Amino acid sequence: MPAVQETIDQVRQIDVDQYKYGFETTIEMDKAPKGLSEDIIRLISSKKNEPEWMLEWRLQAYSRWQTMEEPSWARVRYPKIDFNDLHYYAAPKSTSGPKSLDEVDPELLRVYEKLGIPLKEQEILAGVEKSRIAVDAVFDSVSVVTTFKEELKKAGVIFMSISEAMREHPDLVRKYLGTVVPQSDNFYATLNSAVFTDGSFVYVPKGVRCPMELSTYFRINEKNTGQFERTLIIADEGAYVSYLEGCTAPQRDENQLHAAVVELIALDDAEIKYSTVQNWYPGDKQGKGGIYNFVTKRGDCRGKNSKISWTQVETGSAITWKYPSCILRGDGSRGEFYSIAVSNGHQQIDSGTKMIHLGKNTSSRIISKGIAAGVSENTYRGQVSAHRKAENARNFTQCDSLLIGDRCGAHTVPYIEAKNSTAQFEHEATTSKISEDQLFYCLQRGIPEEAAIALIVNGFVKEVIQELPMEFAVEAQKLIGISLEGSVG
Amino acid sequence: MLEIKNLHARIAEDGTEIIRGLNLTVKAGEVAAIMGPNGSGKSTLSYILSGREDYEVTEGDILYNGESILELDASERAAKGIFLAFQYPVEIPGVATMQFLKVAMNEQRKYRGEDELTTPEFMRRVKEAAAELKIAPEMLRRPLNVGFSGGEKKRAEILQMALLEPKLCVLDETDSGLDIDALKIVADGVNALRSPDRAVVVITHYQRLLNYIVPDTVHVLYKGQVIKSGDKTLAHELEANGYAEIIEAAA
Repeated sequence: MPAVQETIDQVRQIDVDQYKYGFETTIEMDKAPKGLSEDIIRLISSKKNEPEWMLEWRLQAYSRWQTMEEPSWARVRYPKIDFNDLHYYAAPKSTSGPKSLDEVDPELLRVYEKLGIPLKEQEILAGVEKSRIAVDAVFDSVSVVTTFKEELKKAGVIFMSISEAMREHPDLVRKYLGTVVPQSDNFYATLNSAVFTDGSFVYVPKGVRCPMELSTYFRINEKNTGQFERTLIIADEGAYVSYLEGCTAPQRDENQLHAAVVELIALDDAEIKYSTVQNWYPGDKQGKGGIYNFVTKRGDCRGKNSKISWTQVETGSAITWKYPSCILRGDGSRGEFYSIAVSNGHQQIDSGTKMIHLGKNTSSRIISKGIAAGVSENTYRGQVSAHRKAENARNFTQCDSLLIGDRCGAHTVPYIEAKNSTAQFEHEATTSKISEDQLFYCLQRGIPEEAAIALIVNGFVKEVIQELPMEFAVEAQKLIGISLEGSVG
Repeated sequence: MLEIKNLHARIAEDGTEIIRGLNLTVKAGEVAAIMGPNGSGKSTLSYILSGREDYEVTEGDILYNGESILELDASERAAKGIFLAFQYPVEIPGVATMQFLKVAMNEQRKYRGEDELTTPEFMRRVKEAAAELKIAPEMLRRPLNVGFSGGEKKRAEILQMALLEPKLCVLDETDSGLDIDALKIVADGVNALRSPDRAVVVITHYQRLLNYIVPDTVHVLYKGQVIKSGDKTLAHELEANGYAEIIEAAA
């Protein structure tokens, strides 16, 4: 309940067109020259002191990428990206791998403070009420700090930047990297494989329930920089982990590219819960600037009775192209996808999921809530398929769209394919507008228009908000309110 | 408290004139019944009073406590104490009744420059008012009006009225869709709110409701005008003889 109030307050405080996280920070940066070539990839690899096999892996991806073409099937439009006009590596100069918070540039800590991300462990520890979350902060191309490492270590959980993991746990990284999203998967994933700079690595050993929420905050700061992070999460047999991801970027006139790859692997009886609150800069009122968010996220329910659950709240980015998916390989495995996608202004979203049923008795559930305002386009694109051997595959899909105003668009594009006759797939879809009646009813109770819309929208997305960890649920509700501000009148 | 002077109003979209020179005065403490045949403009009047934008006032004025409210939007009028109990309360999916009540109460308080209610204070008020109306706590956790029965919807309206403590209550066909038991509960709820500083306008088709909410004045609305006013006996007359006689006399 208080969240709604906060949403309203927040909306009031902020001018239309003002992105809260749009500040820029001046920090001395170590940058690679613009452009992409084998030399740049070698440079990235050497900057990160990577093992030789990693460099080869990157180069292999790069040569593959050169033969590929940008996909054009999504319902999004943007000018051609000049991939040679980007910096592929940018790192704060003073952070050559800090060991602890004391070694982190205080300016950087201030950035995260401004973003409301608690990096200071002692503060979190001091606050009795607050739940504890371990954070990995990624600034442009590198991870600047990971908190609570020691405590996690005691539980046997590995949580560190992927660059560190490559040096400290090369066998694990090598065993799993690229096994869910192969190098050649798609244009952006292949590009990412060649140039990814950092991201988080999580390994939860057999039978361990990760003692706290893990989280990564991504921040793009530098101009003309692409952010290519790579996250790899492995839950070994019977393990459980909940992971949160948040993202922001400064307000800039140019578009910035973000092409991440996330791979999740759940072995027998393991469970991974992955939540995202994506709030990259969406561009201004005229549609100038903003992040191109071209992301490949996929989970592999490799073991029997494993479970992977994606929850996403997408409010930012000029363009979002993103389909967090589950491969339901293990018998009895389960995949879930809960999504809220909010588009306002000139934003374009083409997002959804794929549930690929391979094993027997696998089940999946998709709940997607799209909210379109302004002149935005909001597309749900989802695929549910059952393999020949996927006996008793079950899927339930519910896809609801809410339109605010009459200049935006909502589209639902489902692909359903069952090669096994025992499969049962259900699909429900609705499109509605906030009705004049609802709005008038709220107004008549003394609730002003913007607050009324925030209230109605929060009601619309409630099913998904409930899936988010508590801390994120509040933030998500606020964000949705802010994103829709100025959408009426 | 309420003074409607030579009011003319039409549907904004197509210009159809619905209210044609309506005059009505309701004093503080008074319960005024507005009766009339279908299409006489009863519901339209309730919407115009509460500020629905689908209607346009072309002439005349509405004074509330001596001030014109024509320039105020619906939420401002509500915060100033004008409440409309809807004939067809609207469903708000996903928003628990309790949550809606809290947002509404606090928004009104904010408008009036008052502090927000503390959660315990809010809970205390809701519990008390809900018990009076025989509303189960379980109903308050359900999304507002979603899947409510006719009786539950109307009780939820009166609950909101009790909690928001308006000065001018407009009840639009509150008796429609109610069985006699529910009607009594709702009428008791309204009667409990009668006070010297509050006015109630009861819009109804039938005399039935007025047996339970006994009006001080009765006004007959026809073709957007008040064609006859009287005391509660006028309602009985209408019940016995229908509208035809009065309409004829006024013509």
